[in-house]
Amino acid sequence: MRAGQGLDVAQGGAPFIPPAKRVRRIMTLVLVALAPGILAYTVLFGWGPLVNITLATASALGFEALMLRIRRRPLGPFLADGSAVVTAVLLALCLPPLAPWWLPVLGSFIAIVGAKQLYGGLGYNPFNPAMAGYAVLLIAFPLELSTWTLPLALQQAPADLAATIAYSLGGAGTGGLDAMTAATPLDRLRTGVGLGEAMTEIRAAPVFGILAGRGWEWVNLAFLGGGVLLVLMRVISWHIPVAVVGSLALISGIAFFLGPNHYPGPLFHLLGGATMLGAFFIATDPVTAATTPSGKLVYGAGIGVLIYAIRAWGGYPDGVAFAVLLMGLTVPLLDTYLRPRIFGARRPRVRDGS
Amino acid sequence: MSTRTGDFPGGLHLDGHKALSSGRAVEAMPVPPVLVFPLHQHIGEPAVPVVEVGERVLAGQLIAQAGDYVSAPVHASTSGRVTAIDKRPVPHPSGLHAECIVVEADGEDREASFEAPGDFDAMDLSALRNRIREAGIVGMGGAGFPTFIKLNPGPQGNIDTVVLNGAECEPYITCDDRLMQERAADVVGGAVVIRHAVGAGRCIIGVEDNKPQAAAALRAAARDGVTVQTVVTRYPAGGEKQLIKILTGREVPSDGLPLNAGVVVQNVATAAAIYQAVGEGRPLMSRVVTVTGPGVAEPRNLEVRLGTPMADVLRHCGADPAAVGAVVVGGSMMGFAIDDVASPVVKTTNCLLVDLAVDDADQPQMPCIRCGACVEVCPQLLLPQQLYWYAKSRDFDKVQDYSLFDCIECGCCNFVCPSHIPLASYFRFAKNEIWAQERERLRADRARERHEFNLARKEQEERERQERHRRKKARLKEPADAAEPADPKKAVVQEALKRAQARKEGLESGTEGTEKRQ
Repeated sequence: MRAGQGLDVAQGGAPFIPPAKRVRRIMTLVLVALAPGILAYTVLFGWGPLVNITLATASALGFEALMLRIRRRPLGPFLADGSAVVTAVLLALCLPPLAPWWLPVLGSFIAIVGAKQLYGGLGYNPFNPAMAGYAVLLIAFPLELSTWTLPLALQQAPADLAATIAYSLGGAGTGGLDAMTAATPLDRLRTGVGLGEAMTEIRAAPVFGILAGRGWEWVNLAFLGGGVLLVLMRVISWHIPVAVVGSLALISGIAFFLGPNHYPGPLFHLLGGATMLGAFFIATDPVTAATTPSGKLVYGAGIGVLIYAIRAWGGYPDGVAFAVLLMGLTVPLLDTYLRPRIFGARRPRVRDGS
Repeated sequence: MSTRTGDFPGGLHLDGHKALSSGRAVEAMPVPPVLVFPLHQHIGEPAVPVVEVGERVLAGQLIAQAGDYVSAPVHASTSGRVTAIDKRPVPHPSGLHAECIVVEADGEDREASFEAPGDFDAMDLSALRNRIREAGIVGMGGAGFPTFIKLNPGPQGNIDTVVLNGAECEPYITCDDRLMQERAADVVGGAVVIRHAVGAGRCIIGVEDNKPQAAAALRAAARDGVTVQTVVTRYPAGGEKQLIKILTGREVPSDGLPLNAGVVVQNVATAAAIYQAVGEGRPLMSRVVTVTGPGVAEPRNLEVRLGTPMADVLRHCGADPAAVGAVVVGGSMMGFAIDDVASPVVKTTNCLLVDLAVDDADQPQMPCIRCGACVEVCPQLLLPQQLYWYAKSRDFDKVQDYSLFDCIECGCCNFVCPSHIPLASYFRFAKNEIWAQERERLRADRARERHEFNLARKEQEERERQERHRRKKARLKEPADAAEPADPKKAVVQEALKRAQARKEGLESGTEGTEKRQ
């Protein structure tokens, strides 16, 4: 039993007006706001993301139910709160569009069982479950997670829904897979920079589009649109997304300014990879993010800087997951030291956090 | 975060539900057959009865006197006979019974004679405060702090502004609204007395801008440095610290009182009561109560005699006291549910809310997801989610480090919490626990001091006893010592010899002297 669970707190005390928002409503709105990005992703990259989302969601709910049963918690409210679904969708969106069925399922298992329920379930997990799941998969199966399908526009014979499902379930129909996969724009960029190619050469490769990676730019713009909607509806506060995007733009802007031949411009970073998904939907996971306004700004800025660092100097396809997990480590510190000035106090009351 | 004058941080736009009763002028409720006067209707020590069972009392007669400095006397609100002095249900969140004086009304409603003290301007300030104290006036906005104490400007006398709280920001309540409309002259008159008592230059009456008629009535009655200012309608604009911020731009120090910002705040109903006490010498005998909510057929504003059982009030408003569901005393945000409708209306009862349908059976409390919605609405700029975390784990040092005692328990955080966590209840709980620990610590300290003093006293006694013993022993020994060499005769002889020798020496030296002189 957790400390204090048996507290004798008078239920039914004031206020006597039913509250306005619900966890379920928040999670539903997050899913609605994800829809444009998912749609763009599917239109541009094929049925894969939808298959992954379906597999991840179904298995996440299954693992959640199993763990709740084992932990003797009520199933109804916790399954209905939508948090497992959001975790599963975010995880699935980070996976390569064409992936064997066990990748989303195993990812869900790590996210829900390992990163969430074993720590006490909703509200008690120290790390972002979706990113923990993804990071473990990435470390364990680097090849599978780096094999990305090309945008449909670059594929010779795009897989239809049946072929996608067949591939996912049995690895069948993979004849044309090699023709469908390639390095992601971020990978291509890193390789190119490593080989000393000029930026204009690199950008001429077919995986690049107008602003950033081909296809990726539209997916990112769609996630940006959904994210702005969440901010406007006050489901998330503006602090974290603005800090992530701002710091990433600033640091990539400085690099671009100093060496435009070796570094891509800020737009490439902002609309490449999982930037917008990460800034608006992953980094803003309230449970694992900093909670004070100034803490959120530092947390977000840290994520932006780390994304850039991992993309520029790291060996992974993208930096969002590790950036979020690493900054998650700093949250207790940020929450302790970056407190707002309370009403009537001259300075913020920060004492030692021991 | 800093906010300009005219606003305060955080807060909520709430559905006011005030139209239910705001159109109903204040009506006097008939005197009930039996009245119950709790001895403890205020912050501080309970009052002490000065009447006995069987005694006849008049309306306005003192029946219990202040028990201490921080206390307030209680007066009968109609004439009748004292039938009991015992424990009865009282309007308190704990639902406990407390000592009350029960008066059976005789239906004649005869008043004691009151003497108006005359011109308050000419009165000595301490006599003025005493008059207000003897009238039994306490903060009628709900807190119940004895008013005369707040009217003491203190040795520094640095109060420059009086704020009258007419914001009435809680949903449903309309008693102050009607009072300001109908008795604006009393409110302003009270404001003038308060301003005089604390020596402040100005008095601002703050009224939420959803009550334009009240503001207009007050403006028409305003005089002598009293001004009326409308404030934003956003809960909790009527919080003491929030209202001061809105009207003066000053922030009450986090560990201080309004006094530290040069301000004293009184509720408008308190001001009207002060005016009656000072102008006519009448003690506090009745107050305006809003009776509203879905369970009341006819929501209205009633002038209710203090001590009237709530059951009578409900019946008067067309509600069957036996059939109604929850009755909440106060507003929907900060009120508390009472267990027993036999509880009487007291000095702080501003509203009875009947059958508020709060259907949350299908909304179980979920874990905190740290969404921070509570941070955005907290008017004190606290971090409720962190406070909750530490309150729940009983880390009372941490919870104070996060400024628990700056929480005004407005309930905004509860309202927005998507996990339906009763945050304010946790904070009340933590405060009570800390106070209890503090009391326990003080008691333990006192006990230890007593114990140590006791030990020290015993030690001292022991030392003194031994000292006495030693001295006694020494005294007993002394004569024996002396007796040993001194056979008395021998001593006398020796003495004589010494004297003789001295004389001889004296003579010799004298001769020497004379020789020299010669």
